[in-house]
Amino acid sequence: MIEVIKPGLLTTVQDQGRWGYQGYGVGIAGAMDSFALSAANLLVGNPEGAAGLEITLLGPTLKFQGETLFSLTGADLTPRLDGIPLRNWTAHLAPSGSVLSFGGRRSGVRAYLAVAGGMDVPAVMGSRSTYLLGRFGGLEGRPLKAQDELPVGVSAAPWNHLMGRAFPENLRPPYQKNPRLRAILGPFHDFFPEEGIATFFSSNYTITPNSDRMGYRLQGNPVTRRKTGELITCGLANGTVQVPPDGQPIILLTDRQTIGGYPIIVTVIHADLPLLAQSAPGDVVRFTPVLPDEAREAYLALWGPLKNFPAS
Amino acid sequence: MEDRIPGVGETIPSYCSLLIFYDPFFLSLGQISSWLERLMDQDPPIVESHGAVKEIPVLYGGDSGPDLAFVAKHNNLDIEEVIQLHARETYLVYVVGFVPGFAAMGTVPKKIQTPRLPSPRTKVAAGSVGIGGMQTGIYAIESPGGWQLIGRTPLKLFDLHRHPPSFFQAGDYARFYSITEKEFLKISRSQNKNAKS
Repeated sequence: MIEVIKPGLLTTVQDQGRWGYQGYGVGIAGAMDSFALSAANLLVGNPEGAAGLEITLLGPTLKFQGETLFSLTGADLTPRLDGIPLRNWTAHLAPSGSVLSFGGRRSGVRAYLAVAGGMDVPAVMGSRSTYLLGRFGGLEGRPLKAQDELPVGVSAAPWNHLMGRAFPENLRPPYQKNPRLRAILGPFHDFFPEEGIATFFSSNYTITPNSDRMGYRLQGNPVTRRKTGELITCGLANGTVQVPPDGQPIILLTDRQTIGGYPIIVTVIHADLPLLAQSAPGDVVRFTPVLPDEAREAYLALWGPLKNFPAS
Repeated sequence: MEDRIPGVGETIPSYCSLLIFYDPFFLSLGQISSWLERLMDQDPPIVESHGAVKEIPVLYGGDSGPDLAFVAKHNNLDIEEVIQLHARETYLVYVVGFVPGFAAMGTVPKKIQTPRLPSPRTKVAAGSVGIGGMQTGIYAIESPGGWQLIGRTPLKLFDLHRHPPSFFQAGDYARFYSITEKEFLKISRSQNKNAKS
């Protein structure tokens, strides 16, 4: 069991998302940087789909009530165990009663904490992800608060030998400040005149403070649209970029609505979503057009080695 | 459809589109596209709609439907006429989505069509029935929303512990009927009792 002493800014239980219910309007939720959560799980001998904590900008203070193997990946929020600095992307052993805390943000936005055995909250519709809009999943459908008690599952494998294991740097996504995001054009690109598409791919867009797990609102040169007022409601993917009438793009992310009516100009490729999840308001992004085959190659190149990462 | 090809996950049907999620470790876009093209070359199977008309009790107006008076005024009708026109039609559920269980259906009679609010409410009560342009719809959970609210149903339209969790799915039919506040409370109580047992 883990006791929450301080909850941090926005700390939620997440796994790889709640799949299979979008036809009923239930969003996927899940980790914003699903790669970092997968890596955190593999480091402690969990399956990729186990539930961990997504920690946003200001980390929580957590007390381990029993001896626990844990790992931290994603953003570097200066983690410490009983005051001693911890390496990121590494598995550590927490003695019973030890306290995990965080300091200032050194890189990224979202850190992931996995524990051997996973966070053992009840699964709702097959997932332990917190769905903030629906107020279910995770811990009572809400972010952590002080005095919460997080149940930890029983680890299937012995884990003493996993202690100190690190996730190789060359296998991590190429995180960078102000990333260039590869994106596939369409399906409604004929809603935009050529100059609108040219503007979109040649401009810098700043991530605004009005950005969260539902989506990142961008600000930059407005993208002109050919038609106004007309809505084509269709399903939305992770990374879909909508352009509302004001021309300022919105990138839809894990807590997005399931369908939407603004014209879609591109979808950011899956392999580049971790870079976006670790970008903060004020950071600047640019888009580069790629073809679907390139998107698939990039996906396989990033996730393939993860699949082969030794479980123990 | 989900069962036919390994690697195809779930799909999101909408008015005139289908979003397909697939695993790139199993499939490429080329494979998916040629599979879809083959399907479209075949005579499409006749898909029977779910058929049954679901009857939805609604307490119109008052706190339950704060925009009913506006809808009436916008269309030069009195409130009673709006209720009668809204409850007369049988609607086809086009899509369930945006938020859990929200069912968008149509089309509403021209005489009561009303544009959405200029800026959405941050909080709409679960069960609220609204009009958005030529569609009518029901908010299954408390959520933000921009439709003109004309009434509210006591039916629980989204329930985590039910399978499927949503009362409606795309292809269903619905018809509304007007109830009193007393009936609203009675149905509401029986819904809660069912949820507990």
